[in-house]
Amino acid sequence: MNKIWIITKRELRSFFNSLMAYVMIVLFLGFSGFFTWIFGNDIFLVNQASLQSFFGIAFWSLFFFIPAVTMGLLADERKSGTIELLVTKPVSDWQIVIGKFLAAFLLICITLALTFPYYISVAGIGKIDHGAVWMGYLGLLFMSACYISIGLFASSITGNQIVAFLIALFIGIFFQLVFGLIGSGSLGLFGGLMNYLSIGTHFESMARGVIDSKDVIFFLSIIFLGLTGTELALSKRNLFN
Amino acid sequence: MEVCVESISKSYGFQKAVDNISFRVNQGEIVGFLGPNGAGKTTTMKIITCFMPPDEGNVTVGGMSVVTNPEEVKKHIGYLPESNPLYKEMAIIDYLAFAAEIQGVPRDKIRERIFGMIQVCGLKSEKHKKIGELSKGYQQRVGLAQAMIHDPEVLILDEPTSGLDPNQIVEIRELIRRIGREKTVIMCSHILAEVEATCDRIVIISGGKLVADGTSTSLRKQAQGKEILKVRIEDGDRNAIYNALRGIDSVELVDFLPDHTQSFEVQSKAGANSRRSVFKLCVDNNWALTEMTPVERKLEEVFRDLTINT
Repeated sequence: MNKIWIITKRELRSFFNSLMAYVMIVLFLGFSGFFTWIFGNDIFLVNQASLQSFFGIAFWSLFFFIPAVTMGLLADERKSGTIELLVTKPVSDWQIVIGKFLAAFLLICITLALTFPYYISVAGIGKIDHGAVWMGYLGLLFMSACYISIGLFASSITGNQIVAFLIALFIGIFFQLVFGLIGSGSLGLFGGLMNYLSIGTHFESMARGVIDSKDVIFFLSIIFLGLTGTELALSKRNLFN
Repeated sequence: MEVCVESISKSYGFQKAVDNISFRVNQGEIVGFLGPNGAGKTTTMKIITCFMPPDEGNVTVGGMSVVTNPEEVKKHIGYLPESNPLYKEMAIIDYLAFAAEIQGVPRDKIRERIFGMIQVCGLKSEKHKKIGELSKGYQQRVGLAQAMIHDPEVLILDEPTSGLDPNQIVEIRELIRRIGREKTVIMCSHILAEVEATCDRIVIISGGKLVADGTSTSLRKQAQGKEILKVRIEDGDRNAIYNALRGIDSVELVDFLPDHTQSFEVQSKAGANSRRSVFKLCVDNNWALTEMTPVERKLEEVFRDLTINT
């Protein structure tokens, strides 16, 4: 546990040292703030004291920002060769994987925590469904964790950050969009399966304030698969491409 | 803590990088690990440091196997990889603190160890800089500092002095020798003079196979076999001297040396010694023997002989 935290701490520090964190936070807040308050389907247009429009925007902006956060986590270490030094320290591959996962997850937590003023402002405007807001945030965290594990996996199979970014988006787009589209166009067991695989389905039900063990199991399975894939790729040790 | 390499093999695809290598390094010994490019040095290092397991065979460090117990082994090893990879965006002190923490140095000792290493590796004037801002030599010192931060029992160094200035090279060699008195050190280098000056023993591998293992003197002797003398004889006719030298029973070959007209290279027959006969020859003919030096084979030549045909 202690070893994991040491890795997480270093990784978080390097996010903030390399401006990655600031760029991420500023872009995310600017982007989601713009569409939540100023433009398009914003809160004043909807005319309801709810954060639904924010969650809708965050759902898509996180989808694009997370691969940018995770792309360097392992690919960069591979390229610079520091991975050799890291795995020859007394830590297991799992500790490395989880440490890095937690670092990206904490960065997302910090970013989302900075949107609490939205919540406070909206709560001041009218009567807000507090349960739905908390569930919405929880949904965003679950969804982020999924994309982080996918991004980490993408980062573990290449030494090129751009390639890692694109692979993460490619895998992600299936969960974000493709499965949902196929699911809504198909019937029966197949349609149901596709719908179940879509992150959107699970996120929407949470953003409405409903939590089901089915959703939690779904999110946890994706995270588990992503991290297992990462561990496998890392343990192969063909780290020189 | 001794390191025992027991008949390890490792292949990359169809290419056999390391083929059944065994050797042993005892505590308090510095072993130089030599070989031409692509001989399998780095692969062997990577197996000893638990970066990857061998396909066959085993390595034990202090009795613990790198295959079954890598986490425990890694605690006792300090490793400086070949290309000296470092987190360029970190400050030196932060990086050393990270290295100390992850190696499990007790919290109250960390400060003391970091400043100790900064002192030893000569990083004092640079300690607040980011690693990426340092010159190659200073980065090398940071690499050494992180390898030794937890006072490891076994130190594995791949090209430890590359990029350092001559003064620093001398200091680092001395440091390695000092550590080598109590600890186990394995060191890779291309600079043969450095290996000869620093190491107690030399292991040479070539084409994935072990070709030599011994002290530099014993390796030289083993490769040498025949005595070679460089002699300079004056006050006589060149050709007469040449013929007289060839007439000595124990002499196998005589050569003119190009630089001095009166110098010759005399090779004795295997196991024979011609020094007394040459001297006697000069006395008998009233020639002046102005120089007689045994020609020692350089380690470079030994290295070439051992590795060229594989």
